[in-house]
Amino acid sequence: MKLLVRLLVLLAAASALAQVPYERIRDADREPGNWLTYSGNYASHHYSHLKQIDRTNVSRLKVAWMYQVRGRHHFETTPLVFDGVMYITDPPSDVTALDLRTGRPIWSYRRNIPQGAPVCCGQVNRGVAALGDQIFVNTIDAHLVALDARTGRVRWDVEVADWKLAYSMTAAPLAIRDKIIVGVAGAEYGVRGFLDAYDPKTGRRLWRFWTVPGPGEVGNETWSDDSWKQGGATTWVTGSYDPELNLLYWGTGNPGPDYDGSVRLGDNLYSDCVIALDADTGRLKWSFQFTPHDVNDMDSNQIPVLVDANWKGTPRKLMLFANRNAFYYILDRVTGEFLHASPFARQTWAKGIDARGRPIRNPDSVPSEKGALVYPDDDGTANWFSPSYSPRANLFYQNVREKGGVFFKVSVEFQPGRLYLGAVKRDITTEEPYGALRALRPLTGALAWEFKLQSPPWCGLLSTAGDLVFSGTMEGDFFALDAASGKLLWRFQTGGEVWSNPITYQFEGRQYVSVASGSSLIVFGLG
Amino acid sequence: MVITRTIQWAIFFAMTPAIFGLASLYAAGAQSPADGSLGERLYLTQCAMCHGQNGEGGRGPTLARPKLLHAPDDDSLRNVIRGGIAGTGMPGTRLIDAELRELAAHVRKLGQVRPAVLAGDPKRGGGIYRSKGACAECHTLSGNGGAFGPDLTGVGARRSPQHLRESLLDPAADFPRGFAWIRVVTRDGRAVTGVRVNEDTFSIQIRDAAGTLHSLWKADLREFHKDLAKSPMPSYRAKLTPGEVDDLVAYLANLLEAK
Repeated sequence: MKLLVRLLVLLAAASALAQVPYERIRDADREPGNWLTYSGNYASHHYSHLKQIDRTNVSRLKVAWMYQVRGRHHFETTPLVFDGVMYITDPPSDVTALDLRTGRPIWSYRRNIPQGAPVCCGQVNRGVAALGDQIFVNTIDAHLVALDARTGRVRWDVEVADWKLAYSMTAAPLAIRDKIIVGVAGAEYGVRGFLDAYDPKTGRRLWRFWTVPGPGEVGNETWSDDSWKQGGATTWVTGSYDPELNLLYWGTGNPGPDYDGSVRLGDNLYSDCVIALDADTGRLKWSFQFTPHDVNDMDSNQIPVLVDANWKGTPRKLMLFANRNAFYYILDRVTGEFLHASPFARQTWAKGIDARGRPIRNPDSVPSEKGALVYPDDDGTANWFSPSYSPRANLFYQNVREKGGVFFKVSVEFQPGRLYLGAVKRDITTEEPYGALRALRPLTGALAWEFKLQSPPWCGLLSTAGDLVFSGTMEGDFFALDAASGKLLWRFQTGGEVWSNPITYQFEGRQYVSVASGSSLIVFGLG
Repeated sequence: MVITRTIQWAIFFAMTPAIFGLASLYAAGAQSPADGSLGERLYLTQCAMCHGQNGEGGRGPTLARPKLLHAPDDDSLRNVIRGGIAGTGMPGTRLIDAELRELAAHVRKLGQVRPAVLAGDPKRGGGIYRSKGACAECHTLSGNGGAFGPDLTGVGARRSPQHLRESLLDPAADFPRGFAWIRVVTRDGRAVTGVRVNEDTFSIQIRDAAGTLHSLWKADLREFHKDLAKSPMPSYRAKLTPGEVDDLVAYLANLLEAK
């Protein structure tokens, strides 16, 4: 009998491997040894409570192992790690499970992508989601695929949208209690954006929220004529989730066409917004528009960071949002009430933000025949790369791109599957753009410190309870700063551009830090 | 969207987008479809700023040549337009296949335009290059010469005659992307002046006028000066007569490939 019990216990333990019930993700902060969801937790702090690697020993970090991918496009993955296995995506839409002890692959899912699938900015993928015993990946041809976490074999594969209309998918899905939430890209091609929820067991679509309202729906009046049909407002970066409120928070992208507002008069809701949706129904609870009637490609596809704090003496559920348009926002995430905005980088497109959070646009920032000089350019001050919030340091960290551009208006005409832009951007050749890692006071947006970078970065940030912040550069450096002071403590030349978000995890009692750079996934540990 | 920070002024000219030959005059256009209207619109908005309204070249290479060495057929031309050329000023584009086809067809049409006849004498220009101009002190030609300035091997295929003339008379008017004139002083008092070969957040590599490479950690520097508007090349406006400038331009414009 004892033997039987032991066997049953062993069986239960084995089946528990590669099992990620919703509660584990919800309580991700309780098991910092794993990285269970794209942003580390549902609040998207991209922060770890691990502290074995700290200010005193980070200088001893050495490469533990590397894994090289074969894709030709940017390697933008944020790995998930749990139960001895790391799950990465490599471009265009492949998934590989790696053994944490050796770095050796356990399985790979290889997807054939149709020739000519149109994407504005590379056939990239930023990572997977895990729920139960399945791994979920969005594909560049706009499918959602569920894989067996143990073998990589396909459980189901559903079309989210038609890639021939230039829909594509690059973000990691977000797994919540009983749904897989996925967003789409394609706003450079005049698609109509949406956010979807799928049943993790069957792949059946549970709801869809169109980010551009149709006729008769509230918000449709913010689009002149039929312009809503090509309204863009895509959802191409993973959002956040508040389990208590059961609200999803998701950034939306630019309106279509990107740069010509004359064919879509009005505020163009819900482009360049953060939307709060009821996770059960997909119904809109509230929205906040950062850049009404955008003509500079200022997608708000950044990551909403959820923080509970005292706001002027009252405990409130807040959202921190460092927007591509160079303003740092604080919103009440229960109601969507605007509380604060302040610039965190150079910007010339707005003269300021009014008391309701609405920008006062500088008319000189509208693309023209003679060219409109605008800071930031259309890559933005922030972009898809992750910010990090350290509750320990009480600082909000953001990588910043300091770069302007000149926008020349060109004629635009919509044809399905073709670029729908309305301007051409030129770089400024008389000055060098640069970057910075900035630490902001979360409740004021005030600069605590900054670490300047040679060029505008495409790397996200990781902060840890070891009082460290990790980041990378376009020249291949991966480095660690003192989270409190911004002082450089360690660096390593990886030999490739860093286009990804670093993560950390613990395996067999030791903490590791991992980042994708060039075509390599690199794992660092204490030497 | 991708900005690659390759900073190698010394070899900039050698790495520009496409190298052209002279064979099979006017034949290439026949490879492409005839409808160039969308192609022309795309060209004027996305290409003309560097390659000129009619493909005459400028900061970017002349396209008004019948055969493109890096794009001998339409497939390779579309690949260059789609993906750009890493490490050069040639970016990739976000065009779909149909647009690529039409833009490539328009570029082929530009190749049918007869090139302008230059006023100068290339033979006399070659003499000026080697003697009065002293160009070889800083510039490499077919493997010979200084390493301080850009390699001029095949420069006639990569720069228009107008751009070459401007570079001789007003060298600071247009710099290769990433160019910088650097002066640093190390903490132990050593001064280094030269052009930037490469730079990142933590280090810089500089080539001085003697061609020596200096690699330095920024943390070891006491002073760091960067000038993006200063060219180490002297203007030839006062050094050469207008006729000699014509001759030198004609010589450089005829440097179409490695000898």
